[in-house]
Order: sequence, then C-alpha cells, then structure tokens
Amino acid sequence: MAEPLVKKDDDRDDEDYSPFMGIEKGAVLQEARVFNDPQLDARRCSQVITKLLYLLNQGETFTKIEATEVFFAVTKLFQSKDTGLRRMVYLMIKELSPSADEVIIVTSSLMKDMNSKTDMYRANAIRVLCRITDGTLLTQIERYLKQAIVDKNPVVASAALVSGIHLLQTNPEIVKRWSNEVQEAVQSRAALVQFHALALLHQIRQNDRLAVSKLVTSLTRGSVRSPLAQCLLIRYTSQVIRESSVNTQTGERPFLDFLESCLRHKAEMVILEAARAITELSGVTSRELTPAITVLQLFLSSSKPVLRFAAVRTLNKVAMTHPLAVTNCNIDMESLISDQNRSIATLAITTLLKTGNESSVDRLMKQITNFMSDIADEFKIVVVEAIRSLCLKFPLKYRSLMNFLSSILREEGGFEYKKAIVDSIVILIKDIPEAKEGGLFHLCEFIEDCEFTYLSTQILHFLGNEGPKTSDPSKYIRYIYNRVILENATIRASAVSTLAKFGALIDSLKPRIFVLLRRCLYDSDDEVRDRATLYLNMLGGDGLVGETDKDVKEFLFGSLDVPLVNLETSLRNYEASEEPFDISTVPKEVKSQPHAEKKAPGKKPSGLGAPSSGPTSAGDAFEKLLSAIPEFSGFGKLFKSSAPVELTEAETEYAVNVVKHIYDGHVVFQYNCTNTIPEQLLENVTVFVDASEAEEFSEVASKPLKTLPYDSPGQSFVAFEKPEGVPAVGKFSNLLKFIVKEVDPSMGEADEEGVEDEYQLEDFEVVSADYMLKVGVSNFKHAWDNMGADCERVDEYGLGVRESLAEAVSAVINILGMQACEGTDVVPSNARSHTSLLSGVFIGNVKVLARISFGIDGPKQVAMKLAVRSEDQAVSDAIHEIVASG
Amino acid sequence: MGHEYKDYSKESCPSVKNILLLDSEGKRVAVKYFSDDWPTHSAKLAFEKSVFAKTLKTNARSEVEITMFDGYVVVYKFVHDLHFFVTAGDDENELILASVLQGFCDAVGLLLRNDVEKRTALENLDLILLCIDEIVDGGIILETDANTIAGKVAANAVDGAVPFSEQTITQALATAREHLARSLLK
Repeated sequence: MAEPLVKKDDDRDDEDYSPFMGIEKGAVLQEARVFNDPQLDARRCSQVITKLLYLLNQGETFTKIEATEVFFAVTKLFQSKDTGLRRMVYLMIKELSPSADEVIIVTSSLMKDMNSKTDMYRANAIRVLCRITDGTLLTQIERYLKQAIVDKNPVVASAALVSGIHLLQTNPEIVKRWSNEVQEAVQSRAALVQFHALALLHQIRQNDRLAVSKLVTSLTRGSVRSPLAQCLLIRYTSQVIRESSVNTQTGERPFLDFLESCLRHKAEMVILEAARAITELSGVTSRELTPAITVLQLFLSSSKPVLRFAAVRTLNKVAMTHPLAVTNCNIDMESLISDQNRSIATLAITTLLKTGNESSVDRLMKQITNFMSDIADEFKIVVVEAIRSLCLKFPLKYRSLMNFLSSILREEGGFEYKKAIVDSIVILIKDIPEAKEGGLFHLCEFIEDCEFTYLSTQILHFLGNEGPKTSDPSKYIRYIYNRVILENATIRASAVSTLAKFGALIDSLKPRIFVLLRRCLYDSDDEVRDRATLYLNMLGGDGLVGETDKDVKEFLFGSLDVPLVNLETSLRNYEASEEPFDISTVPKEVKSQPHAEKKAPGKKPSGLGAPSSGPTSAGDAFEKLLSAIPEFSGFGKLFKSSAPVELTEAETEYAVNVVKHIYDGHVVFQYNCTNTIPEQLLENVTVFVDASEAEEFSEVASKPLKTLPYDSPGQSFVAFEKPEGVPAVGKFSNLLKFIVKEVDPSMGEADEEGVEDEYQLEDFEVVSADYMLKVGVSNFKHAWDNMGADCERVDEYGLGVRESLAEAVSAVINILGMQACEGTDVVPSNARSHTSLLSGVFIGNVKVLARISFGIDGPKQVAMKLAVRSEDQAVSDAIHEIVASG
Repeated sequence: MGHEYKDYSKESCPSVKNILLLDSEGKRVAVKYFSDDWPTHSAKLAFEKSVFAKTLKTNARSEVEITMFDGYVVVYKFVHDLHFFVTAGDDENELILASVLQGFCDAVGLLLRNDVEKRTALENLDLILLCIDEIVDGGIILETDANTIAGKVAANAVDGAVPFSEQTITQALATAREHLARSLLK
C-alpha cells in the first residue's frame, strides 16, 4: 500500500489536513490497475474508486481514453462479491456515463444484479442501467422493470418508478406501456413508492385532460399517505381546476373543498402547498383566500426561518393582486422587518409597501431608512422598485418618497442599485408633473458626483428633453457645463448635446449657449469638438443658417425610426462606393425577441435604459428561401412572415407548424413538417387546404415536399392569391396527404412500395394582425405629434367583463399585432386604468400609431378609448374595424 | 461527465437542482448537480462561490436557513466547518427542500457518528457520495428520512438491516472502528 502522504503528527495543521492532499490524476489512474488483479482487494479497490470520484468531484476531467480505460477496469470489479465495493462500482459507472458500445459490456452484469436476491443490488442496478441505457436495450429489460414497479420491496419499486420518470423523456412509448403496474403502485402502502408512482402516472397521462381529472377525483377522495404525494396531488388538482370552469349555478369551484381540507393537514409542506395553490387560483375571491391567508399568517411567527420565508413570499405575491386580503397580517409583517434573515425582511417590507395606505407611508419610510443601511444591493433594488410603485399609487406622497430616493442616491451603492434609483426618479418625473422640478434637481446633484458614465450620459440626455420645459431652465446650465469641464469624453459629448437642446428650445438662452459651445471647440476629444461644431452651425451661431427651425428640432429631438440592430446589419453590408449609404433602405421590421431568455427577477425594462426593440434576423432568411422558389418569385416583396403556428399537438406522429408569408397580392403558407417515426419515410407530402371559409383567397400554387425522412424537417408550400393591398382574413383547414414507406431503422432502407395516407391538421386563420408589422418608435409622443390629426379616428369600445386589466390590454395588443412602445404593454398591478402606446406599419407600408386608454370598474367591466393616427384615413378606419370585429 | 437532465416544471414533480457540501472556506467537499443550468465547471464554481458568499454571514446552525437569488431558492445549514446546501427553482415548495436538506444533514450526522466536520467527511467521502446518491436521483427526491438514507448507505443492504439509529453501542463502536480503519491513505 502507498505510504501516507501526511504523517499523523500531533502538531500538524488541523485546518489544512485532507486525506486527499497531494492527490494527482496520473498517479490515481496508475493505482486503478489494482482493478485488474486476479485476487481483488475489495477495500483497496473501493479506496481507489473514492479517489477517482474525488477527482471528478473537484472538477478534474478524464480524457476519452482515460475514461474508457477506467470504465473497462471498473467492469472487472463485478467479480467481487463485496457489497460495499459493488455500491462504489455503481456510482462510478453512473459518473463515467459510458458510450453505447461500452454500455453493452456491463449490461449483462447489471441485468444479473437486477435479478439478484439482494434487494440493494436490484434497486441500484435498475437505477444504473436506466441511467446509461438506450431504447433498444430498454425493450430487453422492460419485463423486469414492470415487475420491479410492483415489487414488495419499496426501495426496488421506487428505483424502477424514478427511472421510469427519467426514461419517459427519451422513450415515452415504452414507459407508457407500464400504466397498469404504475397504477397499482399508486396504491402502495409505502409512502415514497406512492409519491413516485403518482408522479410517473401523471406524467404518462399529462396530455390527457380527462384521465388527469379522473385521477385527481379518485385520489382526493381516498387517502394519500405521504406528504410529498399529497403535495403532488395538490399540484395536479390546481391544474384540473385551471382547466375546468367554475360551476355557474352555485359559483363553487370544483375541488376547492379538497384544497381547504389540505390546509388542516399535519405536514407543514402540505399546508404550504395548499395555501399557495389557493392564492394562485385564477380570479380568486377574497372569500376563497381567507382560510389560506389565515394559515400563512400563523407561519409568519414560526421559529423556523424557512416557514416564515415561505409565508411572507406567498403573501407578498397575494399583495400584488389582493392587497386588502393581506392587511390583516400587517402587524406580524412589521415585526419581520427586523428579521435576522434579510430575504424575509425585504419581502416583509415590500409587502407592507404594497398593502400600506396613504397615512402609513411616512411611518413606513422611517422604518425602511434604518433598514436600508444593512442590506445588500440586490435587496435594496427590490425595495426601490416597491417604493416606486407606491409613489405611483399615492402621487400626493411624492415629496417624502422622492426625498427618500434622493437620500439613498447619495449613499454608497453599486451600478445596478443606482440605476434602479435613477430609473425610479425618471419614471416619477414622467408620471407626476409636480415632482418634475424637484426630481430633475436631485438628478443634477447626483451627476455632480457620479462615478458611472452610463448613468451620467442617460441623465444628461433626459435633462436635455425635460429641462427646457421647466419654469427656470437656466438654473440647469451650470450643472451641465460643469460636466463639460470635469468629466471624461463620453460625458462631455453628451453634455454638449444637452446644451444644444437648451439652445434650440429657449431663444433667451441661445447667446449664452453659443459662448459655452464655442469653448467646447477646443476640447481635446474629437467627438466633443465635432458635436460642438455641428450644433453651432445648426443653431445658426455662426450665421450658417441652412435649415429651418423645424429641421433643427427634428434633428435634435427626433428619434431614430429604424431598429439599431437593423441599422448595424445594413452598415456592415454596405460596401464603400460612389453611392452614399441611404438610411431609408434599412428594414424597419422589429423581429420579436426569442422567448427562451432565462427569467431575471425584477429586471423589467423601464426607465432610462428601456430598449424599444431587440430584433434578430429571421425574415431575411425567409425572403431568400421564398424567392428561390420559382412559383413564388413573381409575388414581389415579402411584407411579413408570421411566427410559426402549431397545427399538431405535442408528441404526435407528425409535427407540423405553419408560417404565414404575406405579400401585397398573395399569401404563402409554409408548412414545416417533421416526421417523428423512425420506421417511416414519407414521400410526396402535400397539404390540401380547404379555403371555403376564406372567400377572398384562391389557391394558385402548391409545392409538395418530395421526401420526409425521420427527424429531418422539411417544408411544403401552398400559395393563394388575394385582392391587392387588402387585409383579407379567413379560416383555412388543412389535410396532410402523403405516401408512407416502411423503413427498417437498423438498415435505414425504405421499402419499394408505399401506401397513401392522410393526416388531419388543425385549422388556422389569417387575421388582421398578419398585415401589421411590429415597428416600434422610441419617442412615441414625438411620433404622434408629427403624424398629426389629419387622418385620426377616435372611438370608444366596451370590452365587457374581462379577467383583469392586464389581460384585456394584452388581448387588444395581440389583436392589433402592433408594437407596444415605451413598455406600455406592462400594466402595473392594482391599476384601474392604463394607457398603451402602439405603433406599427400596415400593409401598403402605411405607418400607424395608436393610443389606447383602458379603464376597469368594480365588476371587471373594461372599456377603452382607441385613438388611431396614420398616413391614410382608410387605414385608420381599418384598425378600428379590426377592434370592432375582434 | 454530464447527463441529460430535464427541468421538471411546476406542474410536475418537486425537483432539486443541486446538493452542495462545502467547507468553511467555500471549497468543495462533495457536490452533485442535477440540472443543466450550470453547463460548465466554471459556471458551477461561480454558483458555489456566490451561494457561499451570500450565506456566509448568516447563522444557520440551529435552524435550516433560506435565501433566494438569481431565480433559485437555496436552503442551507451549517454544522461545524461544513456548509450544506440544497438548491431548486424559485417556484419550488421551500418546505420540501428543507426536508431534503434536513435528511441530508442528519444522515451525514448518523454516518459520521456525529463527528460532522470536514476532515471526517473527507475520510469517509465514499459514504457522503453514496448518501447523496440515495437522496436524489436525477433531480427527483428518492428519500428524505435520515435513518432510512443512512441505513441504505451503511448497511450496504436494504433488507434485514438493523435500522441505523437502533444499533447497539457495541455495534456502533465496531462500525466506527471499521470506518477509522478505512481511512484512505493508510
């Protein structure tokens, strides 16, 4: 045996001692040769495996060759009868995740263990085998797994069930065959077996609403033993409730009594799960909330931090929609402000800010001031955001809230925190006119001593737009010019632009601004000098009046009407030539952002840095694809391509979605098809479209897909003619027709003979929104004023009873298919009214702007006033038409 | 050595994203990830560093503590120089996670004979790794009862074993002696 690397001396440093000190991969791999000894030393082998696992755990990686060698050596250890060693072998195999051809080596050993008399072997062998296996092997062991599911030993049964849950992702068709056994296991007396069985059974049936509903109905009557299984049942019950409707006669919600009974369960995790489920019911009433709030209130004074956290977090969420329901807990909540756990304290504060009334604001602010000094930035940001919404709720309290914001703005803090404060002040300035002068003054003070270039430039920009409109604009000049003297080039350049804006708007200040701008001509930075020169010329300081006053303002205050990303792409593609770059050639289409983004809590785009769009380039790809097809090349320029609409349900044999391409006088439907059956090859795939409910459309061309092999998507196209420039709508039903040929997956060869078959797809519609491009403007008010009221049409509409204001707003925005500007698609919680600013380009390249004011009253009646401006009265009317018929 | 993990949605099974056992300086003793949220080694280390820093100054010795950041809920407990963590998505039931953590802590306590400190943990790393393996499988909770977990790990057989907590003093001493003998670099 190896010499100990560290002698166990009494005076060694206790802190640094580790049995793995000095361990080295090469040496351990050498040591692993003991696995090949004819006389296995089980203990020694265990130790070597532990060392290998230690290395992997510390982030060491094995090369492909090393991993293969270790794997083969480890397989030798199946000869040993030592149970401890066998456990380590299982662990090692899982960590190595062997390749398919390696798996074959251990399969027989593991299958032997699966049928061993030792339950521990069986349970673990099942878990290992299922972790490393692939579909073909699975069919061989399926029989044993089915038996294991109903095994009398709970550990074996759980091992098989949990493996089933994992395998369902990769081999659903096999696992679905185990339903009967799984159903039997749900009745198991062993708590965890019941939990695992229930989880698997639900996943097998999750796409079958009726089956899930039946499952829930039977289990909520019976007795589920384990708290974990009970939590699952609550989740499934909420799902069923969500998908079923309230009984209209009694107003009772199905299964609500079950959820309420769970509030009296002896396990706290079940109580929490049930309370949370109740608070998350859609359109929950205060009466339904009360019992859940009561148990959560008890949790607030628990000695366990986890319980307090869970309760305050849930109540915090409830406070967003039902602040009154939570006010009963305010006293308990206030005592949590001093909670040791700062997450709990922060949640308590923000909850209080949501539930507090106007009179309690001042007292609350006092408590928060003490609290702010000892929490981390990330918590402070949450508090700042809560204060911002409080201020919007109680505009009369703006003075004390604005003072609070300005005092924390002066304190130490990181960029994100400072940005949150500045954003909040900006929003308050925009929304509360009385707060404007004070707020601007706070911002001016802040940039006197601001270490963040980004914030300084943003504030200077904002100051340039808002400052000239105040009662005494001249007092801001000093702050701005100080920046020119004291700051870095980036900020100096912004300050120059800001000065120019003051000069353009206020004639009385012009001469003084000229003096300051001329001084900037000697700046050390070329950008600053260039800007100063440009503005001096524009404002006519040097007598070179070339443009009208309106042009100057347009240049200074106008917004860039193309998305920056599109501009960047166009500039990249521009090749230097005689012809100058023309900004009007830049596409204006805003591509929707991919929704795969990971949620980042509390980072809504608002305030200064609000991006108006985040486009990517997919439309170009479509345009290329379509223009390459001769049948469609005569259709002219592609106006818009819709997002894909799914025409099949998930997990069906053939997955099909459609992209609608809109041209001036045509539409092309692009059917993206995927064949998910390895044993089939599809040929001559055509979509038969029934357009009898789309009168204005007539089919002109169809382009079938020649072959559709397994798992490699292909496209079939159908083109329709429609009246030129008219936003025709209609419904299309679709039938997929094709020739099926059997394929032997192992050989990959298809039979000669095929059979004709067809497959019903879901219907879809061409709607008005398909004729609208989402094109944002960064300064809506400016765009609105510029458009003028020549082609304006205003009308009022009742929308009837809606779930919530937010739901109504998003529904209207969706129907119109326009881009929401300045973040006005987001409705603050508790709002009773809301205004959304939308912009877009309608077919025929007509710019459209819409301003919609929504209001909601007690019984959730929503009304809206829609004002549309465009370049064409017919289009303004058409937009109203969409709403009136939607 | 990555596996494919599915992140189970709220609709389905409670799921654990990782189990971490760090020392008092934030270094790894044993960790296991069940999620692709941290695809690289450095992403994992960065997460461990931030979770360690965020919890370091809190007192998580008597009760299980909890925090939330970057869209994750983390429950944690400190025993001597060992820091135990269990992470899940931020919509997970906190009390379920706490039961997983408590099961982990207590099982380690039983397996290490209450000598819960870094050195003993490293000397018995095989037991710690087996312990984690018995608590969560690919993100799904296998077992939360400390006695059952420790029993499965130590008895090396699930049937007929004396429940770990009910072993006699003599048996316990015998096992303890054997564990001492297993000290890795002997």
